[in-house]
Amino acid sequence: MTRDLRVQTCYALLLGALLTASTMLVRQVDRVRSDEPIQEVLYIPSPKVVKRLSLGYSGLLADIYWTRVVQYFGNKHKAKAKEYLILEPLLDMTTTLDPQLLPAYEFGSVFLAQKPPEGAGDPAAAARLVEKGIRENPQAWRLYYDLGYIYWLELKDPAKASNAFERGSKVAGAHPWMRVMAAALAAHAGETETAIYMWTNILNSTEDQDLRANALNRLRCLRVDSEVKTLQERVDLFTKQSGRLPSDWQELIGAGLLRGTPADPKGNHYRLVAGRVQVENPDLFPFITTGLPPGRALGDLPGEANFKVTKTKL
Amino acid sequence: MIGRLWAIAFNTFREAVRDRVLYNLILFALLIVGASVLFGQISLDINRIVLINLGLTAISMFGIVIAIFIGIGLVSKEIEKRTLYTVLAARPVRRWEFIAGKFLGLVMTLTVNALLMSVGFFAAVLYVSHGLGRGDLSLVTAIYFILLEFVLITALALLFSTFSTPIFSSIFAFAIFAVGTFAEDMRGFAQMAQGVTRWVMTGAAYLVPNFASLNVIGQVAHNTRIEPKLILLNTLYVFVYTAAVLTASVWIFERRNLK
Repeated sequence: MTRDLRVQTCYALLLGALLTASTMLVRQVDRVRSDEPIQEVLYIPSPKVVKRLSLGYSGLLADIYWTRVVQYFGNKHKAKAKEYLILEPLLDMTTTLDPQLLPAYEFGSVFLAQKPPEGAGDPAAAARLVEKGIRENPQAWRLYYDLGYIYWLELKDPAKASNAFERGSKVAGAHPWMRVMAAALAAHAGETETAIYMWTNILNSTEDQDLRANALNRLRCLRVDSEVKTLQERVDLFTKQSGRLPSDWQELIGAGLLRGTPADPKGNHYRLVAGRVQVENPDLFPFITTGLPPGRALGDLPGEANFKVTKTKL
Repeated sequence: MIGRLWAIAFNTFREAVRDRVLYNLILFALLIVGASVLFGQISLDINRIVLINLGLTAISMFGIVIAIFIGIGLVSKEIEKRTLYTVLAARPVRRWEFIAGKFLGLVMTLTVNALLMSVGFFAAVLYVSHGLGRGDLSLVTAIYFILLEFVLITALALLFSTFSTPIFSSIFAFAIFAVGTFAEDMRGFAQMAQGVTRWVMTGAAYLVPNFASLNVIGQVAHNTRIEPKLILLNTLYVFVYTAAVLTASVWIFERRNLK
């Protein structure tokens, strides 16, 4: 080995060692910084000012802000936060900088609408965001769908939901079931069967594995809601007929009100506690609205599957 | 060896101090710090926050500009003026000593500049807050991190200066500074990517200087405590990364034919 080669090798090895050490240190720094509280501050709160300051590079800035939204949401979600103070302003900033950034409306509205800790629990803000998206992108039929979904499932306003689906169904290229949804919602406002119909449509119309998994999860939860409702009706009927609460499912089977011990979609038996029907493990059904144990409020459930959809789609 | 290093460092410092542009930049930075007092007064209840954000940003940005504009000329100017031949040929100075000396000289210059600007900054804080408390120690941490930024960017400017023209060196230095401020986002993107893209992105994300963790201005403006562990890790990181950049600079400079 010549002297020159030896020197070059030494330089290369030294450089490699130093860069490896710096990489290890950055990982340590990241670990320390991930424990820091999340900054709930917008340094320039006015989207219009930021747009002017961007000197025409507003598209890039919007992308950066969108990344900030995702990271802010991800960090808060990970910390199981109950409040998402700057989520709406951040989304407003992003969509003002780039009004055509459709993912910001679509996923942003999900982030805003879902109940804490899944999201900000502010469906009205979500509806405002999507309405803004529709004003800027009237030909994006998915936004009408998002709006309909928010009005229907989050704001419990089937009339406005029906209106959103109706408007969306008139957009060129809109999925045919938008019209069906508008009609179904107008007729059966807030019915579980309509919800099952909608999620089945989503399941059948998308190739996205995450969306399909989410739709399946939603359908399972809706099935639980439907079954708990039916079972509760049977329990109430038994109570009315016998004048006392049933102690277990066998009594209902004996009375001919049930054919067997009922089980949820995961195969666990439903519980009967003091005349109320409950699911065995609510964590398996993050979106159920009935059958929850006492003290377990809506929105306390993890709903990890739903977050995965939003996260991986980005 | 120490004597030679010191001589080069001191000469670099002296040369930089003689540069009038430097004083203009410091004056401008101090003006912005002063103006931040005014901005704070015309906003609502955020006088101190505006002062800290704007003041520290001014110190950081002007320091970075000074570091890049002086750093890029450190080697190329000497080659252009042919003074480098005199230094390397007529005196017993090794090439690595030349690079290290130039680096230390510029770091000295920037430290003095940062101290001057910090005096102005603390005077403004004193004026707005009517006193300094224990919580203001985090401001010192923020200024220390800004100094670490200067060390990193000086080393990078010097690296580019060893193989490129001043204009391209400044473009490279500004670009790598901008990319470095997004280093954390890059690592975030890398985690979300799949397959080969993930590996390439991860490699690139760790290769670029991590300026993101050195900027704690937003945190100190809101009185958030800076972890002592972060101070230690950032110091070690800057030390190691700077050593890597200087090694690369010396390596390139050793291979250059200066005749």
